[in-house]
Amino acid sequence: MTISEKILAAHAGKKEVRPGDLIQARIDLALGNDITAPVAIKEFARIGVDRVFDPEAIALVPDHFTPNKDINSAEQVKILREFARQYGIKHYFEVGRMGVEHCLLPEQGLVGPGDLVIGADSHTCTYGALGAFSTGVGSTDLAAAMASGEVWLKVPPSIKFIYYGKLQPFVGGKDLILYTIGQIGVDGALYAAMEFTGETIAALGMDDRFTMANMAIEAGAKNGIFAVDERTIEYVTGRYKKPYTIYSSDPDAEYRQTYQWDVSTLEPQVALPHLPENVRPVRTVGNIELQQVVIGSCTNGRLSDLRIAAQILKGQKVHRNLRLIIIPGTPEIYRQAVREGLIEIFIDAGAAVSTPTCGPCLGGHMGILARGERALATTNRNFIGRMGHPESEVYLAGPAVAAASAVKGRIAHPEEVLQSA
Amino acid sequence: MLKGKVWRFGADVDTDMIIPARYLNTTDPAVLAAHCFTDVAPEFARQVVPGEIIVAGKNFGCGSSREHAPIALKAAGISCVIAASFARIFYRNALNIGLPILESEAAAEEVKAGDLLQVDLAEGVITNLTSGRVYQTTPFPPFMRELINGGGLIPYLRQKLAGNQEV
Repeated sequence: MTISEKILAAHAGKKEVRPGDLIQARIDLALGNDITAPVAIKEFARIGVDRVFDPEAIALVPDHFTPNKDINSAEQVKILREFARQYGIKHYFEVGRMGVEHCLLPEQGLVGPGDLVIGADSHTCTYGALGAFSTGVGSTDLAAAMASGEVWLKVPPSIKFIYYGKLQPFVGGKDLILYTIGQIGVDGALYAAMEFTGETIAALGMDDRFTMANMAIEAGAKNGIFAVDERTIEYVTGRYKKPYTIYSSDPDAEYRQTYQWDVSTLEPQVALPHLPENVRPVRTVGNIELQQVVIGSCTNGRLSDLRIAAQILKGQKVHRNLRLIIIPGTPEIYRQAVREGLIEIFIDAGAAVSTPTCGPCLGGHMGILARGERALATTNRNFIGRMGHPESEVYLAGPAVAAASAVKGRIAHPEEVLQSA
Repeated sequence: MLKGKVWRFGADVDTDMIIPARYLNTTDPAVLAAHCFTDVAPEFARQVVPGEIIVAGKNFGCGSSREHAPIALKAAGISCVIAASFARIFYRNALNIGLPILESEAAAEEVKAGDLLQVDLAEGVITNLTSGRVYQTTPFPPFMRELINGGGLIPYLRQKLAGNQEV
């Protein structure tokens, strides 16, 4: 069996599962946010139970339209807050302690290797970086899981992605996953498990692995997953307090497909509007002027992303025709970025630094685009109107390209800034 | 048996197209329906007639997990969505809230906007009354049929919890 199949089998109380099997599985954690949880809470009331299955195994994170952008969104968060109080939900995160959910939950030790996690947010697949089976569901699924502690799942076939070679400077997890989606398309892994492996992956830090697992959904996948290694164990040690099980794929595990790529010469990648599969090396996109750059989100709002951005922005100025918005993913990341002097570098460069929020990524608030404007963002989707006006455009890239582009006022390779410095 | 005229959409219709995030500060189905497809087909919400059917290409409902997307479609009066394939979270959400969906690559390729379709959900058969073509869709596994017939996940779970307190 593959690592995904083993985790699902263990949570379904079975010795073995096969792709296509429908299982009823026990979950370790269920997640909702200020958009999806209000619908779930409404559905929960219809089930007719007077308690949740486990008040310590539910996380409610109001991160999308917070700090609340309008009266309606404040009402939505109020629903979460009151539900959390009424049912004694331990992991409700108020503004100030709240972070972007998929940065926050691993950091706070709420997910560990071998866990089965569902979340009413499509990027719940992020936690596969920890060797967990983690997948996005809808609000009704969340309601059912909060009541029963279980979820129905179809066991996905697995697709193996093997990466070889040492990455070039300023090429990271974001470039690897964009390249992968560019190769297989936005439905290239539809319903499947994406298993990331190979020597390049073994050398990749945890933040880059979170970035890759995060965007598995952008290839249509059910989950993205990594084998647990010493980096994973180092990350969860001191955070995740429960005992955990390390699962790994058998040598004779069956895969629907296997892709192998030598990524030693891979350039920084950019996804052009309006699908994450429209991927090209940054040097080939031409002269694309930008009005906004966003560095943050559940994809690239982590400390190592901010460090890379600071390395490029140090002593530089944001282009006069451009707004640079930087959003640390969690209060802890924010604090550490202050300690390391990164925030000062950002402010000196002329960037706006925000408290954690999903904000602009989904066109919520904190950086909405006007008609005809173009943004480059370290986020995960460049759909029509994703960041604002339906006639605006979003380009996706990693933090190095984002920082360089903010300085140049157009999409730029990081070397263009470093050479002129 | 469902019968309705067709709204035609292409491949990779994402949930931001179905309901843009700026309208997700409410859970009211009527408000969501009023903004359904507002950025890509502004006429949709004004002109859609209850019972009409959406036919689209591959990967319908990709992107965000927002259940507001199938809720908006259902509240707008869409009786059924037919696509070459569905993104998996949308697929779950539609079944869970009782919005009928059917997979048919042939129908997705051939059916035109404005065609009149008749859909037999129990048999999974689509008849194009305009062209005369008949399509057999991929049948749902038994568990999912049970979900659909029971009116979605919540009634199913309510019944299950009533039958067994240990669930």
